[in-house]
Amino acid sequence: MWGLDPAAWQAVILSLKVSAVAMLASLPLGILTAYALARWRFPGHGLLNGLVHLPLVLPPVVTGYLLLLAFGTQGPVGAFLEQLGLVFAFRWTGAALAAAIMCFPLMVRAIRLSIEAVDPKLEQAAATLGAPRLRVFLTVTLPLILPGILAGMVLAFAKAMGEFGATITFVSNIPGQTQTLPSAIYAFLQVPGAEPQAARLVLIAVAVAMGALILSEWLSRAIARRVAGA
Amino acid sequence: MMLDVAIRHRLPDFELDARFQAPAGVTALFGKSGAGKTTVVSTIAGLMRPDHARISVDGTTLIDSETGVNLPPHRRGIGYVFQEARLFPHLNVRANLLYGRRLSRRSGPPPRQIIQMLGIEHLLHRRPAALSGGEKSRVAIGRAILSNPRLLVMDEPLAALDQARKDEIMPYLERLRDQIGLPILYVSHALPEVARLATTIVLIDNGRVAAAGPAGEILCDPRHAPLLGSRQMGAILTARLSAQDADGLSRLDCATGPIWVPRVAAETGRTMRLRIMAHDVMLSLTPPQGISALNVLPARIVELHEDQDGVLVQLDTGGQGLLARVTARSAAALALRPGLQVHAILKAVSVTAANIGGAG
Repeated sequence: MWGLDPAAWQAVILSLKVSAVAMLASLPLGILTAYALARWRFPGHGLLNGLVHLPLVLPPVVTGYLLLLAFGTQGPVGAFLEQLGLVFAFRWTGAALAAAIMCFPLMVRAIRLSIEAVDPKLEQAAATLGAPRLRVFLTVTLPLILPGILAGMVLAFAKAMGEFGATITFVSNIPGQTQTLPSAIYAFLQVPGAEPQAARLVLIAVAVAMGALILSEWLSRAIARRVAGA
Repeated sequence: MMLDVAIRHRLPDFELDARFQAPAGVTALFGKSGAGKTTVVSTIAGLMRPDHARISVDGTTLIDSETGVNLPPHRRGIGYVFQEARLFPHLNVRANLLYGRRLSRRSGPPPRQIIQMLGIEHLLHRRPAALSGGEKSRVAIGRAILSNPRLLVMDEPLAALDQARKDEIMPYLERLRDQIGLPILYVSHALPEVARLATTIVLIDNGRVAAAGPAGEILCDPRHAPLLGSRQMGAILTARLSAQDADGLSRLDCATGPIWVPRVAAETGRTMRLRIMAHDVMLSLTPPQGISALNVLPARIVELHEDQDGVLVQLDTGGQGLLARVTARSAAALALRPGLQVHAILKAVSVTAANIGGAG
């Protein structure tokens, strides 16, 4: 299809799967982290904030290497999870984990901003009307930050689609297993005569990224409208 | 209903140490801005953690620092009308109004009655952003009532509104007091509102309760003039609208006898609240003749209270307190002294709906 050979096509499908899983799996923790950073004051607040943002500033290859150390079959976490039947090293799940960690800062940032835009006085008002904390969150905070959550998801998805350094370091570049779209482009560029394949993948990558940016911009404008109550 | 409050809390500028009781009806917490009123009510609602407090409503302890009881806000049953309406922007008026309803275990008035009383039937499907300031206030009041609270706290609900909006809301608040019978704790630094609504007044000064008692007594007690503002002193009388005379006057019967005022738009038989400002009362030693004032009440001087503006004269008119403001020169010229019989000439009487006795 579209002149893509099966390997390239496989890479696109895998990338979509990896990105969707990375985005959805990190969402609950992302919302919780964003809420904690926006609303709670606790010892270690700055440390948590730094830790969340670390993948944004670390060289991706460093993140990938650290993941390999921790989640490789010899690593402390990896060895433990392997007993539970969950293997990350050199599997597509590992690519999803790498993508999730790399896109986490973007997701948390978008959600945190939208939580900070919600007036805590509204949550206070809900409490005086008899709503326990969880209910206040579900009926007041969550609906008001929904556009921010969606924007965070879109950004995270786009970032996950483009993740390369950490992924290739952690799970390598195995066609059909861990070869995501960027890895496939990289692989095609290494082979003489495969540039047309690479170019098609590049177009797909650009389209996905642009679409995500436009969608997230539109959603963040929706937050402003919603919080202003229009 | 009885609210029992004792709070100690260290604030940046002073120490709050307030103890008072609020019976049924409207209890006004009156004091200057920054006197600690909002700290008191947010502590009652559980929105603030005080250094030390013991608060109970009808025997239910909300917080007691001694025993460690401290109910979270959602379990206190304290409805709160904030200065800003704080409506939920993503819900329409109807959903805002019904937000607390399912969460309450107490029963209360049916939503239809409240919606009608507040005159917001036509707004139910609008979003808060499409409401005027006065409409937002009314919806916020309705939302708090419909959560079926034990007690309604209103923290300067009118302060953010202009005079026209205040006049628009005031009758709704009077109806709320007289028809629903929900105890209200009303925070204000505007005496006209307090004089119109309160059945009990608690005067807060610098974090302490300076005085507390029935509204009529507090507003008529010259000792509170410095806190209330001497221009604001005056008596509150309860009267029954007994007749609408043909010449455009209304006759109101109160404990001291009939009082005539320009036509009051209300049906006869209704209980009205009269406010007679001290500076609207003149004194005469003899029954005045040939004057235009309609209302002259025989009175006995109880006490004279001198301040920088002159003399406040506390009067007794058949068991009803009245306050008159005269100059020091007049007081001397008439040789006013406690026990003296005088005639009080009322230059103006303001009439508002309903009774000082409260609905409780």
